[in-house]
Amino acid sequence: MKEELIISGRNLPHIDPHLSLWHWPISLYLFLGGLAAGILFFAALVTLFRKEEKYLGAVKYATIIPPIALSVGLLALLYDLTHLWYAWRLYMVIRIESPMSWGAWTLLLVTPISFLWMISYFKEYFPNWKWQQGVWNYASIAIDFINKYKRVMAWILVPSTIILGIYTGILLSAFNARPLWNNSILGPLFLTSGLSTGAAAIIVLSKSHDERRMFSMIDLVLIGIELFLITHMLMGMLAGSQVQLEASELLLGGEFTVAFWVFVIILGLAFPAVLEIFELIGYKVPAVIPALLVLLGGMIFRFIMVDAGQITRYLY
Amino acid sequence: MRYAMAIDTLKCVGCSDCVVACQTENNVPIGYCRDWITETVDGTYPQLEIELRSERCNHCETAPCVRCCPTGASQIVDGGIVIVEHDECIGCGACIESCPYEARYTHPEGYVDKCTFCLHRVKEGLQPACVAACPTKCMYFGDIDDPNSEISHMLKTRKQKTLAPEAGTNPHIFYLI
Ligand code: SF4
Ligand code: SF4
Repeated sequence: MKEELIISGRNLPHIDPHLSLWHWPISLYLFLGGLAAGILFFAALVTLFRKEEKYLGAVKYATIIPPIALSVGLLALLYDLTHLWYAWRLYMVIRIESPMSWGAWTLLLVTPISFLWMISYFKEYFPNWKWQQGVWNYASIAIDFINKYKRVMAWILVPSTIILGIYTGILLSAFNARPLWNNSILGPLFLTSGLSTGAAAIIVLSKSHDERRMFSMIDLVLIGIELFLITHMLMGMLAGSQVQLEASELLLGGEFTVAFWVFVIILGLAFPAVLEIFELIGYKVPAVIPALLVLLGGMIFRFIMVDAGQITRYLY
Repeated sequence: MRYAMAIDTLKCVGCSDCVVACQTENNVPIGYCRDWITETVDGTYPQLEIELRSERCNHCETAPCVRCCPTGASQIVDGGIVIVEHDECIGCGACIESCPYEARYTHPEGYVDKCTFCLHRVKEGLQPACVAACPTKCMYFGDIDDPNSEISHMLKTRKQKTLAPEAGTNPHIFYLI
């Protein structure tokens, strides 16, 4: 029998407790990044299919969120940098090997477009404003100019939002030192979750019944894919090495089990899916309820993955 | 040229002189350190076995910290030594998350810091501070590409292990067991 009595000696009060160094700013950023990517992806798609009139919620109302979400996310990220005044270094190189590097560049592309997209609707948001007078006239001309390039923006957004969404997962999965994160499902999983929260946000802000129905349907499909990917992720871990087994243990019996199953799987995915099915077959369910649950579940999912992942490590 | 270190766990007495030598040499702020001692006891009483290890950055050949660094601040310099260029580091913590050995820490000034194999001393032909200070002379530092170096000799003649090689890092601190 082998009995490990002590593994100690590493008693570094200023170092060890801080190695779990990513906290809420990173989780929040991953959630907001995915949400913004989801909304902009659908807005761009609707535009490319020339269905703007039918899906106003997606192109006009929900797109108020991405510029705000990305700005808040970016602030959270900056807040987390301990050597903040050197942050410009991030934009001196592109390092394809480092997800954080190409993610930062993608963000630099998507954020301005998200602002332009929102600005392009200013005249419709504020129809009674004095757009013809003085300086506002120039603003009006600028807005018309932006609107001319809407389709170009949409073409850029479709691939770049997918990259942004997938990056929120790959950022974590690239760390082989954290076995819970280190699986290739996490990228597609966070992308799907981001798209699903995007669809949910559109449902919340949409004013048309048809649009809500359409996006409920899309969301339902995405939830299905998400559940499938989560199952796959856990199966992969259970068939993995000791460190992966220990990682999956956190979600299957360990510390994060209740939070994960109650808030993410049941309240964030399964229950909203059931409500959406009820709604689609004709029962009256306010579409906002499942949508809000999906949003909340998506956020909690990011928090759990970021926190749990940092506990997992190689043992030697 | 490939620098590496071999540490004789059978000679090490866990005195922590290497830790103090490093802190002094590299001005490591109080409460932090770039190397540390671990003590593992296993077996069942009365057949107990103790292993003492002086641990530090493994100067991995396939260093995940270098791969994940978004700015290139973490880099591999001549001789395979992994360093952090403080003026390029933004303090994002990606390298800390990617190190399986928890060898890095955030310096109170904001950048990330870790063992450098005492690059400044090595350039002058000196041994790293920890190696020079060890009273039992249990550490061997040198070029493993040179078949005649002392470390190459130790690695040829002694049984050895590296830490968590399954992490795919190809560590360059060898423990003689
Ligand atoms: S031990 Fe950690 S910090 Fe050192 S090279 Fe390997 S991964 Fe990087
Ligand atoms: S904390 Fe510094 S050295 Fe580490 S990955 Fe970020 S920029 Fe690179």
